[in-house]
Amino acid sequence: MKTFKGNVLFLDRSDINTDEIIPAKYLTEITKEALKPNLLEDLVLPGFSREDIQDKAVIVTRENFGCGSSREHAPWALEVNGINVVIAESFARIFRQNMYNCGMFAIELPKETIDGLFANYAGKAVIMAVDVDGNQISIEADGKSETIDFKVGEFDKTLVKEGGWVGYADKNY
Amino acid sequence: MGKTIAEKIFDAHRVDEPFPDTHVLKLDRVFCHEITTPIAITDLMARGMDRVFDPTKIKAVIDHVTPAKDSKTAAQGKILRDWARRHDIKDFFDIGKNGVCHAIFPEKGFVRPGYTIIMGDSHTCTHGAFGAFAAGIGTTDLEVGILKGVCAFHFPKTIKIVLTGALKPGVYAKDLILFIIKELTVNGATNMVIEFTGPVVDTMSMESRMTLCNMAIEAGGTCGICYPDMTTVDYLWDFIQDEFATKADALADYSKWVSDADAEYERVLEYNVSELQPMLTVGYKPDQVRTVAEMTGTKVDQIYIGSCTNGRIEDLRIAAEVLKGKKISDKVRAIVSPATPAIYSMALKEGIIEIFQDAGFCVTNPTCGACLGMSNGVLAEGEVCAATTNRNFNGRMGKGGMVHLMSPATAAATAISGTIVNADLFKA
Repeated sequence: MKTFKGNVLFLDRSDINTDEIIPAKYLTEITKEALKPNLLEDLVLPGFSREDIQDKAVIVTRENFGCGSSREHAPWALEVNGINVVIAESFARIFRQNMYNCGMFAIELPKETIDGLFANYAGKAVIMAVDVDGNQISIEADGKSETIDFKVGEFDKTLVKEGGWVGYADKNY
Repeated sequence: MGKTIAEKIFDAHRVDEPFPDTHVLKLDRVFCHEITTPIAITDLMARGMDRVFDPTKIKAVIDHVTPAKDSKTAAQGKILRDWARRHDIKDFFDIGKNGVCHAIFPEKGFVRPGYTIIMGDSHTCTHGAFGAFAAGIGTTDLEVGILKGVCAFHFPKTIKIVLTGALKPGVYAKDLILFIIKELTVNGATNMVIEFTGPVVDTMSMESRMTLCNMAIEAGGTCGICYPDMTTVDYLWDFIQDEFATKADALADYSKWVSDADAEYERVLEYNVSELQPMLTVGYKPDQVRTVAEMTGTKVDQIYIGSCTNGRIEDLRIAAEVLKGKKISDKVRAIVSPATPAIYSMALKEGIIEIFQDAGFCVTNPTCGACLGMSNGVLAEGEVCAATTNRNFNGRMGKGGMVHLMSPATAAATAISGTIVNADLFKA
């Protein structure tokens, strides 16, 4: 199982698409590691700089994250940068499934909760951790902590625990 | 309670339901191209699992960057080519025989009503035009599909769109799907199938239905679906005549892949499209849609006609009708990519290639080409393209470039004018 804990990158925009996460011109790479320097290279978000990605392990964002292409290069580009968790109001279907197929978390939370995360924590030093068995996200900032419950399907959780879909499918089908 | 076509296809293909709302389906087709498949292949090799579930159900093509532009794309092609040979995948379309996946696979008769199809390409939803369940998936799902012939999906909640009235001359499936995406928004159909029905769809060619289904993903949809009918049978007849005595028999058999009248839908939306005008996108999201009339006079630098959305013979014929005897503006450059070698040959025989060339178009080989800025036709920073493609994301056709999505007729008219304009074919 991957690790799901660390500093948080807040991306305050909806509909961040796969071409922004990793542009098509890098799809000629045949290793995941080669994608590392180009994560979020074409992101349109005022104030965002690629240096913000440094040392982050979790992304918190808005609606429809990962829309567009089927490229699994998008989760891979996150993974090789140490980001194994994206928390959003909603995800595009293919991106979401790609995350779980890779044993990574794409967690959906209600709009009010996401609004609260942005209001309380954006711009601060904050650490989030996913408790896989407890279905909880723990948040530490300013010496205080809180937890937020989340829902995840049994299939998705199994993929996270088994480290992805290939191993599970090979065993079962 | 009746069932939708997608539910019927799920019922006929379900091999397991290991968890609630997790439907593992048997696959009739696994389509592959050289961008998303090589990593699946190398990962299977690294795991010591370099096997395929059924080489006759796997179809592969090199289409995104072809012929190879550099050592990296050459390596991608080589991985796919070597793998196809190693596993005796007979339907592998290499350079010279290759075309855009979502055009060439239907053209070869690989898509049938009631099929389940996956491909590591988001526009796989195109094949729903034949009454199939066809979904874009990532490389890991592709890997499992190649190895085991299965893929897991959630229950196919469905939006039914009923299209009534009749499209005006000069208004096409592309204008219609842009209008529908505007109505649904970019995530209005996420995790859902979109059924396109009604008299407007009934009278559409398979090419137009493919254009419609192709962009279901731009509203977040898993698959676009049209019910199979005699138009579907006619298109497939060369490939199915050994299976059925008559076309009527084929139609009778395929009629099981139609939704029941009392099927349950997430939403049912009805539009009379008789007053629809030619549409185009503005901005960087495919639901940012306006009429062409509203954007008349907008300057562009490049015109691109092609792609899995609008690179078929019908599209080239429509564009040629606009271009015939005319020249493109000297303020723009224009590129056309016929989507497959068969389309290219047809266009050549019909004099369409000559019309494009006489007008001043660059005619490329069949390829995904400029659509995703990976090979030819890339925009420079600040440039604008009028394109018949499917995605207008920031930087899609080149860093700092902008794309207006539109029909082949509008793209051709824009090439002549040098600025965005309605085609003469459109009778307002």
